[in-house]
Amino acid sequence: MEPFRRIAGTSAPMPIDNVDTDAIIPSKETQSTARTGYGEKLFANWRYLPGTRAPNPDFVLNNPRYAGAQLLVAGRNFGCGSSREAAVWALSQFGVRAVIAESYGAIFRNNCIRNGVLPAVLPIAAVEQVLAELADGAIAPQMAVDLETCTIVSPSGAVFGFQIGSLEREMLMQGADEIELTLMKRPLIEAFRARDQALRPWVYASQEATHAQDH
Amino acid sequence: MTAPRTLVEKIWAAHAVAELGDATDLLHIDRIFLHERSGGRMLQGLAEAGRKVFDPAMVLGTLDHIIDTNPGRTDATKFPGGAEFIAAFRDGARAAGIRVFDLDDPAQGIAHVIAPELGSAQPGLTMVCGDSHTCTLGGMGALAWGIGVTQGEHALATQCLPAGRPKQMRVRFDGALADGVTAKDMVLHLIRTHGARGGDGCALEYAGSAVEAMSCAGRMTLCNMAVEFGAWTGIVAPDETTIAYLAGRPYAPQRADWDAAVAWWRTLRSDGDARFDREIVINAAGLSPSVTWGTSSEQTVGVDEPVPAPGGFADAVARASAEKALAYTGAEPGRPLAGLSIDAAFIGSCANSRIEDLRDAARVLAGRKVAAGVTAICVPGSTPVKRQAEAEGLDRIFKAAGFQWREAGCSLCFYNGGDSFGSARRVISSTNRNFENRQGPGVRTHLASPLTVAASAVAGAIADPRALLRR
Repeated sequence: MEPFRRIAGTSAPMPIDNVDTDAIIPSKETQSTARTGYGEKLFANWRYLPGTRAPNPDFVLNNPRYAGAQLLVAGRNFGCGSSREAAVWALSQFGVRAVIAESYGAIFRNNCIRNGVLPAVLPIAAVEQVLAELADGAIAPQMAVDLETCTIVSPSGAVFGFQIGSLEREMLMQGADEIELTLMKRPLIEAFRARDQALRPWVYASQEATHAQDH
Repeated sequence: MTAPRTLVEKIWAAHAVAELGDATDLLHIDRIFLHERSGGRMLQGLAEAGRKVFDPAMVLGTLDHIIDTNPGRTDATKFPGGAEFIAAFRDGARAAGIRVFDLDDPAQGIAHVIAPELGSAQPGLTMVCGDSHTCTLGGMGALAWGIGVTQGEHALATQCLPAGRPKQMRVRFDGALADGVTAKDMVLHLIRTHGARGGDGCALEYAGSAVEAMSCAGRMTLCNMAVEFGAWTGIVAPDETTIAYLAGRPYAPQRADWDAAVAWWRTLRSDGDARFDREIVINAAGLSPSVTWGTSSEQTVGVDEPVPAPGGFADAVARASAEKALAYTGAEPGRPLAGLSIDAAFIGSCANSRIEDLRDAARVLAGRKVAAGVTAICVPGSTPVKRQAEAEGLDRIFKAAGFQWREAGCSLCFYNGGDSFGSARRVISSTNRNFENRQGPGVRTHLASPLTVAASAVAGAIADPRALLRR
């Protein structure tokens, strides 16, 4: 996973609440078990004219002003809905490395952290200010997000601090493999299971055996 | 003396393997459910990394997401690419020694419907699945939540997951529901009142006399939509209703284990003085049937109330969101949803496809017909639900009314490129998501209870079921 330290670049505004993962990556776009090839499928129902791959000129990411966006700014509850991790793969394979929103769907947020995409949180008033600046044709839609200092710089140069848990920050900055970290705790896991089995033996009883008795 | 704890804090403490810092614990995961949409990908990822499934006996699989639900179905899917998903899942599960409830298995069905039916979803268990509606199983008293593919691989490889300690929220529904008002109406009302992010990533315990009086099925509907409320998960404290439901189920604790398990389950309730970060109290007796008007579950009104005008929303982003939703659904501000013509009616999904839901719909449909021009489809949540409904004669009521009677699966809850209602259709649906294009390109979805879906199918327009129940 690509480490995340600082991203500076074009930012695209999406001034609505509840952008769901069905919108980010429609189910019909994930027709293979592969983890790649999702960049061109990002926001497919909004980005392309119905039933085609012709760009919808009204969609923000097709606006030349926001071409090559690496950051996305939205309202509340971004990434709500389905757990599909392809929503994050589509964002990162398109080139978006950070989202700024008032809040996130919990599963989407978890998936971001594990794929090198930063889900930064700002209060709604700050989000609205940034959205207004991004829509203002007099200012270039350039922003920066720095995970070392936990700050966001808006197009006008306003600086906002944001908070993120230290473990999640570390994981993003290191590009760490969380599974490997847990596998290193195997002795602790085995010890827990031995203790737990004495307390809750039914949790460890062979499911196959109990099932077989009923057939 | 231990400090007073919530139900979720008690289950959490029983699963904490290690403290990771930053208010995060490594939790033991007692049960993992896989399905063919993401299960194959997880098992492939594991194999590519040279990792093994930690404890295959703690993993179960089913086919639900992309399989065909038409009568006489085979492995062929209407979803392009379906064969690859199914093959990857079967091959991966077989190689790992994971039990799969395949298409020909009498216990097959939607993961969150069969987990309780099998007796696998139990009070106090930690359970995960690569599906956001895994929180449904909180209705059985399990601490259950949805995860992505990477965390699925993590759980399979280590039988553990790191999790941040959630804030604690309790929602009490007090009082008795009126006839015609159901768990679906309760949770839609909650989301409407407090927003699709009102759950704020919390562990949400549903309580109160209306929840205590409810079947496990109703509790699972409440918990199913905890994720639509923006909660991390939902749960209901196990009680005698839960214990009676589980007795004799094949994957429930057996013999001496049963008594020990029941003794533990009876301790799983929030202490009287447990501290919640947030409490919401709702008078269940005052609720009416709920229907969504927009493209988020927070965009809900009572069936006889007017659709709100976007001008009434607090800020520019909320206003723009409401305008976008109204433009998509074509609902008219100031007018009630009742009377709005529909093209299709759907009963199914992990929100509302259990036997109790089908009995509700059949109450309305008995002796009545679906209105001309309305496509009506019922997809039971599991093969056991379908068989039970057929044993009770409900299938004959659905078919006589003009409903399609299908095989179990997720089906038309979401559009994946295969089965659809056609373009720009208005659908009343017992499912949990009314997002743009969720049920097909341009399809406008109105979420409601099975009772309201059945009443609307008969009327050919969104309708209040209470009028039909009184007659």
